[in-house]
Amino acid sequence: MKLIFRYLRPLYRSMAFGLSVKVLATLLELTLPYILSYILDSVVPLGEVLPILIWGGAMVLCAFGAFMGNVIANRNAAKVAKNASRRIRHDLFHATMHLSSRETDAFTIPSLESRLTSDTYNVHHFIGMMQRIGVRAPILLLGGMAITLILDHRLALVMLATLPLLGASVFLITKHGMPLYTRSQQAVDGMVRVVREDCQGVRVIKALSREDYERRRFDTANRELVAREQKAGISMALSQPLMSLFLNLGLVGVIFLGAHFVNADLSKPGRIIAFIQYFTLMSTAMTTITRIFVQSTKSAASANRIGEVLNTYAAHPQKEGTGLPEVTDDAHFLVFDDVSFSYNGRKNNLSHISFSLPRGGTLGVIGATGSGKSTLIQLLMGFYDADAGEIRIGGQPLAAYDEKALHALFGTVWQNDFIGADTVAENIRFGREISDEAVRRAAHLAQAADFIEAFPKGYDHELTAKGTNVSGGQRQRILIARALAGDPEILILDDASSALDYRTDANLRRAIREELHTTTVVVAQRVSSVMYADHILVLDKGEIIGAGRHEDLLQSCPAYREISQSQMGGAFLE
Amino acid sequence: MNNMRVGGGGGGLGNSRSLSSTTKDQKQTRETKRRVLLRMGKYLFQHPATVIVAFLLMLGSNILALAGPKLSGVAIDAIAAGPGKVNFDTVYLYTALLVAFYVLSFIMSYVLAVIMVRLGQKIIYTLRREVFEHLTTLPVGYFDTHATGDIISHISYDIDTLNASLSHDLLQICASVVTVVGALSMMVTISPILLLVFAITVPASLLFTRYKTKRVRPLFKDRSMKLGALNGYAEEMLSGQKTVRAYSREAVIVGRFDRRNDDAVEAYYRADYYGAIIGPSVNFINNVSIALITVFGGILYMLSNTVPDLAPVFVISLGGVSSFVQYSRKFAGPINELANIMSELQSALAAAERVFRLIDETPEVADSEDAAILCNVQGEVDFDHVKFGYVPEKTILHDLSVHAKPGQTIAIVGPTGAGKTTVINLLMRFYDVNEGEIRVDGTELREATRSSLRGAFTMVLQETWLFHGTIFENITYGKENASMEEVVAAAKAAHIHDYIETLPRGYDTVLSDDGVNISKGQKQLITIARAMLSDSSMLILDEATSNVDSRTEQQIQDAMHELMHGRTCFVIAHRLSTIQNADMILVIKDGRVIESGNHDTLMAAGGFYAGLYHSQFT
Repeated sequence: MKLIFRYLRPLYRSMAFGLSVKVLATLLELTLPYILSYILDSVVPLGEVLPILIWGGAMVLCAFGAFMGNVIANRNAAKVAKNASRRIRHDLFHATMHLSSRETDAFTIPSLESRLTSDTYNVHHFIGMMQRIGVRAPILLLGGMAITLILDHRLALVMLATLPLLGASVFLITKHGMPLYTRSQQAVDGMVRVVREDCQGVRVIKALSREDYERRRFDTANRELVAREQKAGISMALSQPLMSLFLNLGLVGVIFLGAHFVNADLSKPGRIIAFIQYFTLMSTAMTTITRIFVQSTKSAASANRIGEVLNTYAAHPQKEGTGLPEVTDDAHFLVFDDVSFSYNGRKNNLSHISFSLPRGGTLGVIGATGSGKSTLIQLLMGFYDADAGEIRIGGQPLAAYDEKALHALFGTVWQNDFIGADTVAENIRFGREISDEAVRRAAHLAQAADFIEAFPKGYDHELTAKGTNVSGGQRQRILIARALAGDPEILILDDASSALDYRTDANLRRAIREELHTTTVVVAQRVSSVMYADHILVLDKGEIIGAGRHEDLLQSCPAYREISQSQMGGAFLE
Repeated sequence: MNNMRVGGGGGGLGNSRSLSSTTKDQKQTRETKRRVLLRMGKYLFQHPATVIVAFLLMLGSNILALAGPKLSGVAIDAIAAGPGKVNFDTVYLYTALLVAFYVLSFIMSYVLAVIMVRLGQKIIYTLRREVFEHLTTLPVGYFDTHATGDIISHISYDIDTLNASLSHDLLQICASVVTVVGALSMMVTISPILLLVFAITVPASLLFTRYKTKRVRPLFKDRSMKLGALNGYAEEMLSGQKTVRAYSREAVIVGRFDRRNDDAVEAYYRADYYGAIIGPSVNFINNVSIALITVFGGILYMLSNTVPDLAPVFVISLGGVSSFVQYSRKFAGPINELANIMSELQSALAAAERVFRLIDETPEVADSEDAAILCNVQGEVDFDHVKFGYVPEKTILHDLSVHAKPGQTIAIVGPTGAGKTTVINLLMRFYDVNEGEIRVDGTELREATRSSLRGAFTMVLQETWLFHGTIFENITYGKENASMEEVVAAAKAAHIHDYIETLPRGYDTVLSDDGVNISKGQKQLITIARAMLSDSSMLILDEATSNVDSRTEQQIQDAMHELMHGRTCFVIAHRLSTIQNADMILVIKDGRVIESGNHDTLMAAGGFYAGLYHSQFT
């Protein structure tokens, strides 16, 4: 909640205007039943038509005033909500883009996603709603109380006795019902999971003729869901009828006691009619307040979730480097000096990694899944800081670079890297100032030019999100073109050519070797992708179990020999 | 209150899919709408007794509630006599009646609500079951051409919408009709002349409803669309956050996000700006009608007291004015809600149409009556001049002929998109050939039952498929009665036993998205273990070890050999080493076999295959 107020602070002036208009409008509305009772009790007995018309006109005027006031206030509220949530969303997105990798890991991407989408939506909705009905309902309630107390304090007490009962019961029912809805939501997830699994596994299911089994599996999920939804539905079904009952019984109470008061000349019949009106207004206000209460706990949760991200970002140490320090060491351009690292602080994901690569050289990294290949890249690019040891680029420790300058050195293709819903050219350019010519050249080097130019619209061909409308091999080549387009000092290919056939992969390697002179790090599972590297690291469970050139490793590293044999059918040993 | 729903676009986070379908719905003809409505009705009337009871309860509780203002009016008249003259007998009688009516009405409407929840859930259950069971009969092609997300939204979101409309809106409409008619007739009995007030307010309500549908609803649709675009962008960029940072593009991306953010909040604001008029308008119309009733009711009341021989049509008591005000509120309610109910019905109809369309999808062609049950399959496979395309315009396989003897290993090689996986799809009868024949042991595929044909194969695919269940259940998925010993043996052969043993719950570990950390490679080993349990005579390996790292692949090679031994195998692989030992290698390019033979003959021929082979060493 604090977060919401922080963003509303610059808008207080505008809000104050809107809220005062709203209060005025609501008060105008509240006078209506008062005038009604006045007409019936005091004007009608005069026996003249004109005063009745005049007072009726007053009612219409008040109604119109209330209408105008509410419209103005509501529009004002929408504006405040717009401005506040625009800034909240901007700041949140900005923060998510700048969180460190560890912080992102801690939040998890899906969670950040839902904070950006549903939580900001909830907050936006809430800010608008609070100003519209959040003001109106309490004013209706309090103003109604005040007027009824003035009008007839005895009758007012009857109403005041019923309202808390009404509020409490609605509140209790909702409080009881909400967790039940959460539970049914979980059952929905269970049902959806079966459908999703079966859509994806349809070949396996049909191959094994397990349709009946799947039907039973779905039926279990379906039954569970129905049972939970029914429970939630039934417990909430009470609230509406119960509300009407309280409201109506309150009305009966007013009439019953009113009869006694009128008989004793303590009240007037017209007041009873006015009270019926007030009672209707106030009980609706009461239910609205309960709903707002429920809604606000939900929105507060959303606001907190947004706040967590913003606070993490605010507290997050900005890497202070000196920009791009001078390269002082070409012969030892990339250096890992006894580096160890762990994601969770318990088990090392990399242990005692040391190597050195000259500028323009190629490093190959090979190993099983989970051996720490990608982790090595993450450390090199400064996404995580090493727990022990030092990483140097161009003779300077990583800490000497600020993040931007460091990243500017690299052209990187990650494993399963991402393609946006945009043109091929823009996916290669990726928001950088890169000429069309350079884009084409990069595509050419990445062996992507042929298929891109075969698209009807060439480089303007629209890709779908995640690049689902091109094949895996084409996707990888577009990504490689992106990495090459920036003319990077260091090229990183993290399992970036696994979907390429051998011939294309070979052409790509030749192009990089002959036309570019970047320092290159190739992470792969295929021996053929790394065998021409100047230096190859064989990783296993975070440790280097072999290092050197291909020919050396065939001799010195049994694991490497095994992989090589299995992949190449031993052709090289002949 | 102002928090009323505005059309169908009021809530929700924006969903462009439902939006595009709404435009389609507008084109939906009257005829289809009627058919869909009738079909929806059928589900409701599967429970005729419940529906009738619900209808009676609705009628009862509404009529009881409608009597309220009338009864209170009588009581007020008894009070109106003034101090000392209040007729307490009448007051007691009518307040007692009121309490009884309201309590009864409460009980009835509560019971009704419960019944409707139950009824709704029954319908939902049936519908979901029908949809799902139909899904299991659909051909693989359906799943290849329809997004999983869409199918899920039919079975969850659409069915919910449909049900909400059946079990809520329908009753709501009936109740509205009862209320409007009831309130109207009550008001006629009180003072027909005062009804003229509605000559002003009802047209105003209707005009306002028009405004809402024409002017405001499109804005809410626009709002959903812009929000959808914003959310889509946010999700996309978050998934690529590392890449964005690697290229230091944060500022550019935030800028682009801001553009979409501006669009979204602006669309939200526009919808709110015009929507802001809705709540106050409803209240205004209500208030004006109350003012008018007060004025004219007041005048009539005055005349009733002062003019002795007033025509009965003008006569009204104080209690009458009170009742009339209350009825006018009841009367206005449903009319104001009309637009909402209509739009909900519209979206329900659209949802229903989507659900029914799914239920009407043509299932896999049934096995012919005299279909042979393949048993003791030797594994002789013939492709005889097979021609096939997923869509008529694009033929994938032009003229494929292959002969595989029992126990042979056939490797299929070729560039992406050449039709390698298509061969598997045809062999398993996931799709049927357009021309030509495929025979297993001399039986044409379409003359055998699907289950016996598919049972003759074991498959390991690149896309590992495991479901939410224990590892044991996943391994025994193809052989339900397998013993623990068999499972362990299979897991050992697939080199995954040791890993499973390290898990706290071993084979009883539940595989879930958020649970144990299991890698792609390990998943694939489990599917290989699943295949190990099978005793079929033919084997399909489609990039079966692509997710397994080379060392593990090397280690399970023996097991794979074991798996392949004595079986007719169809193997697709990138790694040429897997292929070298095949009895026959088919090189497929552009839907034709361009080369065939074993490794040595193909290398000697020096064609496409040889080129491919050499390229891995350059």
